[in-house]
Amino acid sequence: MATVELRNVRKKFGAHEVIHGIDLLIEDHEFIAFVGPSGSGKSTLLRMIAGLEEVTEGEVLIDGSPAQDVPPSKRGLAMVFQSYALYPHMTVAENMSFSLRLAGVPKAEREQKVRDVARILEMEPLLERRPGQLSGGQLQRVAIGRAMVRQPKAFLLDEPLSNLDAALQGQMRLELVRLHRELNTTMIYVTHDQLEAMTMADRIVVLNEGKVEQLGSPLELYQHPATFFVAGFIGAPKMNFLDAEVKTASDQYLTLILTNGVCVAVPTPLEKLSAGEKIKLGVRAEHLTLEPEVAPGFSPAEGVLQGEIEALEHLGPRAYLHARLADGTSVVAQTDGDTQARIGDRVAFRLRSEATHLFNAAGMALARTGP
Amino acid sequence: MRSTTQTRWGLAIAGWAVALGMFFPILWMFLCSFKTEITAVATPPAVFFHPTLENYYAVLERADYLAFARNSIVVSLGSTLLALALAIPAAYSMAFFPTRRTRDILLWMLSTKMLPAVGVLVPIYLLWRDLGLLDTVFGLILIDSISVLPIVVWMLFSFFREVPGVILEASRMDGATQTEELIHVLLPLCTPGIAATSLLSIILCWNEAFWSLNLATVKAATLTAFTASFSEPEALFWAKLSAASTLSIAPILIFGWISQRQMVRGLSFGAVK
Repeated sequence: MATVELRNVRKKFGAHEVIHGIDLLIEDHEFIAFVGPSGSGKSTLLRMIAGLEEVTEGEVLIDGSPAQDVPPSKRGLAMVFQSYALYPHMTVAENMSFSLRLAGVPKAEREQKVRDVARILEMEPLLERRPGQLSGGQLQRVAIGRAMVRQPKAFLLDEPLSNLDAALQGQMRLELVRLHRELNTTMIYVTHDQLEAMTMADRIVVLNEGKVEQLGSPLELYQHPATFFVAGFIGAPKMNFLDAEVKTASDQYLTLILTNGVCVAVPTPLEKLSAGEKIKLGVRAEHLTLEPEVAPGFSPAEGVLQGEIEALEHLGPRAYLHARLADGTSVVAQTDGDTQARIGDRVAFRLRSEATHLFNAAGMALARTGP
Repeated sequence: MRSTTQTRWGLAIAGWAVALGMFFPILWMFLCSFKTEITAVATPPAVFFHPTLENYYAVLERADYLAFARNSIVVSLGSTLLALALAIPAAYSMAFFPTRRTRDILLWMLSTKMLPAVGVLVPIYLLWRDLGLLDTVFGLILIDSISVLPIVVWMLFSFFREVPGVILEASRMDGATQTEELIHVLLPLCTPGIAATSLLSIILCWNEAFWSLNLATVKAATLTAFTASFSEPEALFWAKLSAASTLSIAPILIFGWISQRQMVRGLSFGAVK
């Protein structure tokens, strides 16, 4: 049980700074996910918390006390690695009890603890095998078991599911959430897969190029992305972005003109915008609705985008239509699973203007409600 | 089909030819040790002869074989252990905490092997004399371990590098100190590599002649000195020299034969997966 706090943490490799001053407080019992593309610094940040990477500047506090100078072995944290990193020369039971052996725990107690954890993870029959004889999913279980046996203050998980196949990933996601609930221990989870972060975490830290883009609950990030980057990173399929120019601005509505000439009226953000300003309009696939018929000679009405279907993804309950608009922009729209649309069809989408997101040239979201 | 059969036969013949070429001198020496002095130097060489053990009697009568053998064993095992004790931490640090200069250090260590030993004979001799190490087993252990050290460090370095660093990090997270990480994780994982390195080092130290002939005379003399004492300037006694040589190499040859599986396994030691 522990809180982990980062205060203005920086990391340099030589002259190259990869983490640019991060402040973060991870609460006790929390399941927090660090998510970001490769090179965003999420693993480096985790390794600094673990003590496997030196902190160039700033402070790491575990349970309120500075930990920068505490070796990893003394921090009381357990880590699950992407490549599992099990000891190949030891059996599963020996792998799991290694930390207890180092800590001088008597043999009988060690064996009892290993058996208890093995029962929770349903891997009792594997205890006498060696890692070389196990499948990917089993290795992952052992790695998690090895971390659990120590009863650490917090679990650090570095992309633990990325070597598993999709079906197993889904199963392990549920299992990790269940474990978190049962163990009630702080978990810090690093992933490049926003879906994992969205489905498991209480809060998500979105990292990009060594900086925190946004910190919030999964729904907050999805519904109110603070930056253009977060809007594009969180959610699948990706949010659609359309280049727009402010035509007129009133207290209630902002009229935008898109590059293909379509006019869209959206609720005005708090920040004042003037006519002629260039912004980006973001809209999620589920907020683009397919218009029933496109007759020849159909004139584009306000808030309606026209294009040609380039690809179709049928997922059963719903389908995604990928269309190219007249100005070359690609958009994706969500529709019913039983859609009759075909590749090559001319289609029109209506934009739900109150669900759109606006981003200024600096990539910051223009909020409509106060914080 | 035909060409593959031909290639296989060709390769087999070439392989046997090379092996025989390498083994022949040892075989001839072994045969000569059972000949009389006259048959040993006969031209054309005598292939069929009446074997005799007289050379062995003569050799063992003239010198205390067991004393020399004991020195050889102590020196080769001792230098190997000392070299390992120095090389394991060195290779560990270079493999897992490399700096910009690590490659240079490795090359520099290897470069010391390019210097002919005789180039430093005088300074080493004087140092050993002043330190009272001349003709002592410890003196030989010291010089032999120094001379095998670069090879031992290089071999261990390449074995250690095969171990994924993340396994060591895992042990650190499990609470292992650096020493515990070395003892419980790295060394057990590299057992085949360490065994191969030790075997090679033992063989090199066993056969080492230059320093044992120059720094030891009586008390610490090894089997190389024992063999050399049968090659005399006034007359060469081929049969007796062969018998002495056979006695000198027999232990290491038998040892090598027994441990060859370990050697091959270690030298072809792949990634730890």
